[in-house]
Amino acid sequence: MRALDLLWLVPLLPLAGSALNALLGPRVARPLTTAVALGAPGLSLAISLMAVWTYATTVFPLPFEQVLYAWTTGELSIDVAFLLDPLSSVMVVVVTLVGFLIHVYSVGYMGDDSGYQRYFSYLNLFMGAMLLLVLGNNFLVMFVGWEGVGLCSYLLIGYYYEEEFPPYAGRKAFIVNRIGDFAFLVGLFALVARFGTLDYGEVFAAVASDPHGVEEPYLLGLSFAGFVTLCLFIGAIGKSAQLPLYVWLPDAMAGPTPVSALIHAATMVTAGVYMVVRTNVLYQLAPGTSALVATVGAVTALFAATIAFAQTDIKKVLAYSTVSQLGYMFLGAGVGAYSAAIFHLGTHAFFKALLFLGSGSVIHAMSGEQDMRRMGGLKKALPVTFATFAIATVAISGIPPLAGFFSKDQILAGAWGEHKVLWAIGLVTAGLTACYMFRALLMTFYGRFRGTDEVRSHLHESPTVMTLPLVVLAVGSALAGLIGIPKLGTLDINWFGHFLAPVVAPVGHAGEHGHHASLGLELLLMGVSVAAAVGGIWMAWRTYGGERGLAGGEAWAIRFPTAHRILTNKYYVDEIYDATVIKGTWSAARGLFRFDAGFIDGFLVNGSRHVTVAVSLLSGFFDKYVIDGVVNLSGWVMRACSRLFRSLQTGLVSQYALVVAVGMLVLTGFYLVVRLG
Amino acid sequence: MTVPVVWYLLLAAVLFTIGTFGALTRRNGIAIFLSIELMLNAANLAIVAFSRIALESGDLKSMLNGQILVLFVLAVAAAEAAVGLALFIAVYRDKRTIDINRLNLMRW
Repeated sequence: MRALDLLWLVPLLPLAGSALNALLGPRVARPLTTAVALGAPGLSLAISLMAVWTYATTVFPLPFEQVLYAWTTGELSIDVAFLLDPLSSVMVVVVTLVGFLIHVYSVGYMGDDSGYQRYFSYLNLFMGAMLLLVLGNNFLVMFVGWEGVGLCSYLLIGYYYEEEFPPYAGRKAFIVNRIGDFAFLVGLFALVARFGTLDYGEVFAAVASDPHGVEEPYLLGLSFAGFVTLCLFIGAIGKSAQLPLYVWLPDAMAGPTPVSALIHAATMVTAGVYMVVRTNVLYQLAPGTSALVATVGAVTALFAATIAFAQTDIKKVLAYSTVSQLGYMFLGAGVGAYSAAIFHLGTHAFFKALLFLGSGSVIHAMSGEQDMRRMGGLKKALPVTFATFAIATVAISGIPPLAGFFSKDQILAGAWGEHKVLWAIGLVTAGLTACYMFRALLMTFYGRFRGTDEVRSHLHESPTVMTLPLVVLAVGSALAGLIGIPKLGTLDINWFGHFLAPVVAPVGHAGEHGHHASLGLELLLMGVSVAAAVGGIWMAWRTYGGERGLAGGEAWAIRFPTAHRILTNKYYVDEIYDATVIKGTWSAARGLFRFDAGFIDGFLVNGSRHVTVAVSLLSGFFDKYVIDGVVNLSGWVMRACSRLFRSLQTGLVSQYALVVAVGMLVLTGFYLVVRLG
Repeated sequence: MTVPVVWYLLLAAVLFTIGTFGALTRRNGIAIFLSIELMLNAANLAIVAFSRIALESGDLKSMLNGQILVLFVLAVAAAEAAVGLALFIAVYRDKRTIDINRLNLMRW
C-alpha cells in the first residue's frame, strides 16, 4: 500500500519542480534546470506507475481515496483529496508517461532557446495541473486543474512572446476557453445547490439512489441531469475544441511543437472527454445531452477531417486531426461507449503525441520550415523520424493491429448500436483520416525534396534525446491497442474494458438498452472500417504517391475549385466569427465607449461639474456679500460710534478737570434753581 | 472787633476759586497739586466757619462734627500729598517731565 500513500506526490512533484525552476530562473546552469525539469515528472511517473500497479492488484475494483485536508466554507465542505479509480488510473498513466517523454524530447528541442527555464517551469506546471485535474476526487479540485491547464496552455501558446501571432493565439485560446469554463461553473453551482457537495462519490451515489429525481423537469425545459450535463458539456466543448469552439486549437500551434504534442494533442484537450466520462452517471440519465454529445462529436470529427485535407502546414494538419479525433472520442462518450472513448483517448495520446513530436523533428531538421509543400523525400535524411511517424500514421488510420484500430472500432461499434447515421459519419471520417494522414506522410517523406538547397544541406536526424521518446511512443502506438481487444463472441480479452467497467457501470434503467452485437456483425463492422481506411490510404497514394509530388493535389484543386477554396479557408469559420462575434464585440465596446464619453463623462460627470460650479458661485456670492456684509456692517457700526466718542478722550487732564468743574457748577446751579427757585 | 463769619466764608470762596483756576490752568503737575491743596484748605476754612455758626446757635453736635471733619480732610490731604508726590517722581523718572499736557498716553 505504500506506493498508494504517495499518491499526493504525483501532482505535487511537477508543481514543486515548476516553482523551483521559476525561482532559480536563468541564473543557474542548464544541466541543473534540466535535472529539476526532468526529475519532477520522472519521479511522478515512477510513483504513479507503482501506485496504479498497487491499486490494480489490491484495491481494485473499489476506488482509493486520499484526503489531504478538508477545505470548509460555511455549510459546504470540500476536501482537497485525490481519487485513484480505474478511470483516473488510466488518465494518470497516460499523462505522466506521455508527459515525461515529451519533457525528455523538449530537452533536445528547446536546447538552444533562451527561455529554457521559463519553458520547463510552464511545462512542469502544466503537468501538475493536469494531474490535479485527473486525480481530484471532487469537481472543485478538477476545476482547479481545469483552469490551471488552461493557464499553462495560454502561457505556452504565447511562449514566443516577441513575435506578433503567438500572444494573439494565446489570448484567443484563453478567451474561447473562458466561454466553456463559464458554463462548467454554472453546472457545478447547480450540483452544489442540489446536493450540497461536489464529491464525485457522494454526488453519483445521490444520483444513483434516486435516478428519477434528476430526470424531473428542472430549468429551461431540461431535467436536472440534462441541465447539468449540458453545462458541463459546453465546458468540454471549449476545452476539447469541439464545434463551435474549436477555433482556438489550430491557432494554438503557434506554441513550441512539444507543447502542441503534450497539451494540444495528448492531454489537456482530452480533459473534456475525461470529464464527460467521469460524470457518465449523469450523462446516462440525460439522453438528450448524450445525443447532443454524440452529434457534436460526429459532426466535429467529419468537419475537422475535411479541413485537414487543404492544410499545407504540417502542424495545422495535425491540429485539425486532433480536433477530429476528439470528436471521435465525444462520439464514443455520447453513444455510451465510455470505456471506448477513454481507450481512444489513451491510444490517441500515444500516436498523436508521436505525430507532433515527429513533425517537430522534421521542422527541426528543416530549419523551422513547416510548409509541407517545401518538404518531400525526407525519409532518407530522417530515418528514425520517418519510421516512427509512419507507425503513428498507420495507427491513427486504423489499420490492425496498431492501437488506433481497436479504439476506433469500439467507438464505431457503439455508434452502430446507437444510430446508423452516427456510425456512417464515423466511418467516412475514418476513411478521410487515413487519407489526409497519408497525404501528410507522403508529402513530407516521399517524392523529391522541394525545399531550397540551403535547407537541404542542413538536413539531419535529431539527437538521441529527441528520437528516444519517438521510439518509445512508437512502441506504445503499435502495442497499446492490444490491451483492449474487443469482445469477439466468446473470446473476451478486453482487459481495458473490464478494468474500466466499475466506473462506467449502467445506472438505473439506462442500462436496459445496452446490447452486444453478434460476432458476425462485429467482424463485418471491423472489415468495413478497415476497408474505409485502406480506401483512404489508396486515394492518398494515387494522389501523392511515387514521384507525383504536388501535382496530384493540384489536379484535385483544379477539378473542384469551390470545394478547395472553402476547405483552404477552413469553411470561413474564423471569418464568420470575426464578422459576427469579434466585430460585434468591437462595435458594442465602441458603442459603450461612446455612451461613456458622451453620456457618463459628458452629461453626468461634466454636468455635475457645471452644476457644482454654478452652485459654488452662488454660494460664494452669498458668503461674500451677505454673510461677510453683516459681519462688516457690525464692525462699521462700532467704528462709527467709537469715532464719535473717542474724540472726547483728548488726553489733556486740564480739559477733563474743566469738564468736572463745569459739570459741578451746572449741577449745583441746577440744584439751586430747583431748590430755591 | 469781631470778624463776622461770613467773611471767612467769602475768603474760603475766594481761595477755592483761586485753587480751581490754578488746577484748571496750570500745566505743571506740582502746581496743580498745590492748587488742589488750596481748594481743600478753602473747604476746611468753610467747614470751620460753619462749625462756628453751629456753636453760636448752640448746636454742639454739629459744631464737633465740623471740627472732626476738618481733621479728617487734613489727614486725607496729607496722605494725598504723599501719594501724589510719589506719583509725580515716578512719572518724572520715566518721562523726564511732569508737564501734564505731554502725559497724554491715555487718549485715542
